[in-house]
Amino acid sequence: MSEFVYLYRGGDSGRSPEVMQQTMQKWVTWLKDLGQKGHIKDQGQPLEPAGKLVKGRSKAVTDGPFAEAKDVVGGYTLIEARDLDQAVELSKGCPIFETDGAVEVRPVMKMNM
Amino acid sequence: MKIEHVTEPSDHLFRREAGRMVATLTRVFGVHNLALAEDIVQDAFCRALEVWKFRGVPENPSAWLMATAKNRALDVLRRERTARTFAPELGRLLESEWTVAPVIEELFGANSIKDDQLRMMFSCCHPRLREEAQVALMLHILCGFTVNEVASAFVSRHAAIEKRIARAKKVLGASKKLFDLSGAKELSERLPAVQRALYLLFNEGYHGASPESAVRAGLCQEAIRLTTIMLEHPLGATPATYALAALMCLHAARLPARLDAAGNLSSLFDQDRSRWDSQLMAEGQRFLDASATGPELTEYHVEAAIAWTHTVAHRTEDTDWGGIISLYNTLITIRPSPVIALNRAIAIAQHEGPARGLEEIRAIPDCGRLSAYPFYFAALGELELRSGRPGVAGEHFRAALASARNPMERRFFEQRLVACQVTAPQDVRA
Repeated sequence: MSEFVYLYRGGDSGRSPEVMQQTMQKWVTWLKDLGQKGHIKDQGQPLEPAGKLVKGRSKAVTDGPFAEAKDVVGGYTLIEARDLDQAVELSKGCPIFETDGAVEVRPVMKMNM
Repeated sequence: MKIEHVTEPSDHLFRREAGRMVATLTRVFGVHNLALAEDIVQDAFCRALEVWKFRGVPENPSAWLMATAKNRALDVLRRERTARTFAPELGRLLESEWTVAPVIEELFGANSIKDDQLRMMFSCCHPRLREEAQVALMLHILCGFTVNEVASAFVSRHAAIEKRIARAKKVLGASKKLFDLSGAKELSERLPAVQRALYLLFNEGYHGASPESAVRAGLCQEAIRLTTIMLEHPLGATPATYALAALMCLHAARLPARLDAAGNLSSLFDQDRSRWDSQLMAEGQRFLDASATGPELTEYHVEAAIAWTHTVAHRTEDTDWGGIISLYNTLITIRPSPVIALNRAIAIAQHEGPARGLEEIRAIPDCGRLSAYPFYFAALGELELRSGRPGVAGEHFRAALASARNPMERRFFEQRLVACQVTAPQDVRA
């Protein structure tokens, strides 16, 4: 088994309370299901959309967000899967696609190759 | 790491909480800052969505949402108190750092929140707004329906509803203050308008043109919920409000049977009565008992009594039609309307035969107003068919078909049309 990080980018479920609740419930169901199948190493955390950016030799501090709203990372999950293909396959159940978001699937680098 | 709580939030939790939060925040910020209140609510839902999807739904989701809204409200008050004016009736209490926190704490207490919803309900029924605008506004602000959702519930165009709601919000915002619940005289003066709006909201769900049964049931549920809030206030809990709640419950009890197993519309006469909701029937009965005080007999009392007479009959043929006719006679003097006259004629047909029913329908004073109402033609068709004139009946059902408002009604009239053709020429009784 290898480890992967899902980075959730974008995804806007609009202004309808009803739709937002449904979206939330789909996420809970999806993550619970992944957990029951033993794919979740760490459920992860949501990230605040704004923060600070510290950059360059001068360590200049600027206000975030740092990307277009559709590219902002809203959270992450640490996944266990056989290989990248399986990790990608598993990500396809993510409700973020219904709200025009994306999942970035990144293998965690192994220490002892 | 696993999700700690797997509690399922109840259906429509966000919608319901949206109404509660907007009502309370508007009380804090003042009615002219309704848009600000709506933004904070939106923000609270965004946070809930992000946090809950990773950590699961908290034990008490309502309290979580309300606390989030409260904290944001405090932030805004502190940051913008020099730039904006907030609720004038709270005045200086929100300006001082010493008083703002305890005042907010109190405003977000369980009892004030309940009153806030009632206050908002009365505010939405502003006399400068037309009834349909009041209903749309209530659905939008107090029930958390977006403009799109209101439009689809009313089967109206998005642009029309958007305009209606925007204009209504403007009137509400310009009213300076939310409705003052402490004025007993003003409250009882506006009460009938609020009851009427709730009645219309319920009707939109029960008789409205939306083909989707979930939409219909949702609107009925919201109307019942808001009426129940009104019953919790001593000045709102009048006999008429109890009667309104009774008629809603007694009608809603029949909702599960309005569609048959194949998903087709089923008339009251053919419904599988075992599918009526006995809990709602009992609730309706309880409200009806509570409404029977005082001298006033409202249209809600009479309509509830009619609905009750239907629910106690185990079979169509056990219905006390005589009783129903005399209730319709009363109703028509309180609120003369061609639709009520039509229903009265149908009851007379059940009791005294189709010929009498047809006679009554023809005698309806302004039956021209019924020409867009498909069930007017359907009633004529039904009674002609029962009188053994399937040819004439067929023509009426074709007219009903032409004015049907959704596929479900269309299917229903098509089936009746087939029934006319089956019984075609052979039986020509008088």
